[in-house]
Amino acid sequence: MTETVVFAVCAVCAVASGAAVFVVDSMARATFALLASFLLTAAAILLLGLSYLGVLVVLMMIMEMMVMAVFMIMYMMNPAGLMPMTMVHNKAGSLVVSVGVFLLLAAGAVFVPWPERTGEPPADPTLALGEAVMGEHMLVMMLVGLVLFATMVAATVLTTHRGRYERYGDDLRRESPDDPIGGGLDR
Amino acid sequence: MSGAAPLWTVLLVPVLLFAFGYGAAAGTAALRARAAGTAPAAGLTAPARESARLLVQRRRTIPGADTLLWRLGGALVPVAAVLAALVVPLGSMAVGDLSVGVVWFNAMEVVLWAALWMLGWGADSAWGLVGGYRFLVQGLSYELPHMFALTAAALGAGSLRVSDVVAAQEQVWFAVLMPAAFAVYLVSALAMAFWGPFGTPVGRDLAGGAAAELSGVDLLVLRAGRYVFLAVVAAMAVPLFLGGGAGPLLPGWAWTLVKTAGVVALLVWLGHRLPAVRMDRFTEVGWVVLVPVTLLQVLVVAVFVLTR
Repeated sequence: MTETVVFAVCAVCAVASGAAVFVVDSMARATFALLASFLLTAAAILLLGLSYLGVLVVLMMIMEMMVMAVFMIMYMMNPAGLMPMTMVHNKAGSLVVSVGVFLLLAAGAVFVPWPERTGEPPADPTLALGEAVMGEHMLVMMLVGLVLFATMVAATVLTTHRGRYERYGDDLRRESPDDPIGGGLDR
Repeated sequence: MSGAAPLWTVLLVPVLLFAFGYGAAAGTAALRARAAGTAPAAGLTAPARESARLLVQRRRTIPGADTLLWRLGGALVPVAAVLAALVVPLGSMAVGDLSVGVVWFNAMEVVLWAALWMLGWGADSAWGLVGGYRFLVQGLSYELPHMFALTAAALGAGSLRVSDVVAAQEQVWFAVLMPAAFAVYLVSALAMAFWGPFGTPVGRDLAGGAAAELSGVDLLVLRAGRYVFLAVVAAMAVPLFLGGGAGPLLPGWAWTLVKTAGVVALLVWLGHRLPAVRMDRFTEVGWVVLVPVTLLQVLVVAVFVLTR
């Protein structure tokens, strides 16, 4: 009973704060409305007994939304995003599309014939979920993770316009690098 | 070596935290008084006098401020500290001995990122905004080494439960077993509480930074929250690296308090002694030195755990 109430409150508030993202007129408030929505979703994950995943969602979402806030505000069309703004263009159209998609997904969740539970929940649901999702493919998943990380590093290296020749001169003979922002190690 | 404490102990957590926070503030005031050549003893009452002054000071309101985010940011600082402290055991009892206590502690710490940025943004002040962004850069520099330091302790115990981490230190404290992780934890503790050398987000060069426009009770909440945060990161060092409540003669809770007081004193003294660190410098140190150091530390701990 308590779980149902908590879930209902969190679910309604998550949707409401999700909608608030498009109602508020400041990028900062939009960021934190979205963050609130994510945190309320984390509460639902915690209700499933997936404590590790739930707390991890809290941790990661706060960090990534704060980094996101920097970029969201940086790329605003008005200076630093300090002026009132709206997240929505074509208000009527976007409202119809978003309500339609929400109803479609909610209908899917409500009307799908969910299977009856057989047996007891496992002692460690996080472990069980990990094995159900990853199963035999743990090695592949770890390799994919490494490849993704390498791709990100490589993409950053390729897009940066400064390489070692800019830093150490054409013949790489400069004693200390010529950087726009000096680091702490002088290398 | 486990067990959830009775529910009333929830009330004890903020009381103890604020006591340690007051101690940190008093110690700082005493150190400053001694450096200025005045009587250090006056520092003991300085936080109380300053609090009384701030309580009667008029609260500043600013046109164009985002009051909701501004006030929320300030309030989140002490709230996050108390929430983080729920998993810190006193002796052998914690209010909530979660199976993922270490992750919970870390998650409550990063609430501070949002809090400081909200504070800086909300005031509609360039100084505040720069201070808020400074703290984000600081966060991106200390957070990964900090996480790997926590990982090293959890890996040494084979569990994310704080009481298991304490139990794993029966033979030897993790501060001895993994000194690099402990050192990095202390550095990141200073950075997390934006204290001492890492105080530039609220630094004087920014006219107070994220705290530039705060006054009265709002400033009191932030300052008290920062000292409480310093207390909680110091308190967590005890179960993670200093053997929790283990020690001769005294009961576990007393040893926890003694060790916590020791770590708080160390952090306060370091904060007083060390010069400010510029974030453009520390970022490189964090990523080029601290991340590899903690990764190697985790590797060493992993090998140790496997061969034990």
